[in-house]
Amino acid sequence: MLHILPLLFFQYFTTNPELILVLKVVLSIVAVISLVAVLGLFLIYMERKVAAAMQLRLGPNRVGYIGTLQTMADTLKLLTKEGFTPGESDKFMFFLAPVIVITSAVLAFAPIPFAKGYQFWNLEIGVFYVPAVASISVIGVLMGGWASNNKYSLIGAMRSGAQIVSYELSVGLSLVSIVVLTGSMNFTTIIMSQENGWWIFKGHIPVVISFVIFLIASTAEINRTPFDLSEAESELTAGFHTEYSGIQLAMFLLAEYVNMFVISAVAATLYFGGWMPLHIGHWEAFNHIMNFIPGVIWFVGKTLFVIFIIMWFRWTFPRLRIDQLLNLEWKYLMPISLVNLLLVTIITLMGWHF
Amino acid sequence: MELGAGSILMLIAAGFTFAAATLILSKLLSKSSTNAQKAEPYECGIPPSGKAWVQFRIGYYIFALLFLLFDVEVVFLFPWAVVLKDMRFAGFVDIFIFMAIMFIGLLYAWKKGVLKWN
Repeated sequence: MLHILPLLFFQYFTTNPELILVLKVVLSIVAVISLVAVLGLFLIYMERKVAAAMQLRLGPNRVGYIGTLQTMADTLKLLTKEGFTPGESDKFMFFLAPVIVITSAVLAFAPIPFAKGYQFWNLEIGVFYVPAVASISVIGVLMGGWASNNKYSLIGAMRSGAQIVSYELSVGLSLVSIVVLTGSMNFTTIIMSQENGWWIFKGHIPVVISFVIFLIASTAEINRTPFDLSEAESELTAGFHTEYSGIQLAMFLLAEYVNMFVISAVAATLYFGGWMPLHIGHWEAFNHIMNFIPGVIWFVGKTLFVIFIIMWFRWTFPRLRIDQLLNLEWKYLMPISLVNLLLVTIITLMGWHF
Repeated sequence: MELGAGSILMLIAAGFTFAAATLILSKLLSKSSTNAQKAEPYECGIPPSGKAWVQFRIGYYIFALLFLLFDVEVVFLFPWAVVLKDMRFAGFVDIFIFMAIMFIGLLYAWKKGVLKWN
């Protein structure tokens, strides 16, 4: 009788629908958490190596093979540091801010297709969902800056709020131009529409302009270097996370890298076809050879390419001033993207794209 | 993998679990102590004068108001973009008028000096 027990267990586990759902949810949570952890470890390593290469340095090369375990060591160090809460701060908001920032970053994973059929939610309004959810992080940033009861934090948080909120518009407008071309907000439909070529090649110059605007605006959205006024070291110590230490500080930094991944994944999906291999019109043989490379490699490769461009920005451009930053958005990017959207509309209606 | 709308709950749970796990782990691994100097807000070593919870400059809020206006515009553009191919040129004319009105609004704000930072 005893030897049949494992079989019974197996049958119970594989036929009970509620249990399968619970298992699915638990497995997804584990997958998301490990994705976040791996992203943090890998992207910070990549950032340091890219920075080193651009400044003719070696970068981390002591811990592990060519420094691959350096970020692991840093994470362990941060874990053993005290997470200090300043005395006169708003304790609850101070605690909640990094949690909100990291959760809003993770929430944006829902509609992103990692490979064909590997998507948490095949959402009809996916293109609309991602910026909507990602901009919740501004609440966390403002909360953290206000709760710290520190003047540097407050100024940093306010700057960051004004900046994220302003550049949201250009991000939205450049996303709309791809929605105009495809007539759908579903990520999978958008990818399928790029079966005979990616939009960046098919859509003439207006799509290239909208890609450039998207890159600039989303770099500003995630507070990265040409636009990192909120944490300008020379004037504000560390901006909104001046008072944070230990693992809470690590959470803010990790959220920045997760956001960068999400932004790059969206750019890769809309302009470079996500998991769709490089196809050129009716070149059947060429398309067939490209299909042998699995979709997930295409997706990760394109995403890392966009991430590399964003890292490249960091070592190329000096930091802007707050008035220059707001001028750039309201007097240049906004009008240009409005006009560009009209151009994309004309191209779509006349059927001028390939 | 497909979880439907439940994936929102799943991702919120994942975010909270991640945060809770790291916070608890760090609580277990780290020491903590406090004293009056340590609890002060960091202002480069000088004793802080007054709290940071003060009235803040109005410039930031004007940009928030402008954002609200134009964000609503962007939200209206999304459904329009989906149905554009069915509406053909009627859709183009509609959105041209809509955008022109919004653009005049932006020009008005510009002329009034709202976009100037001083």
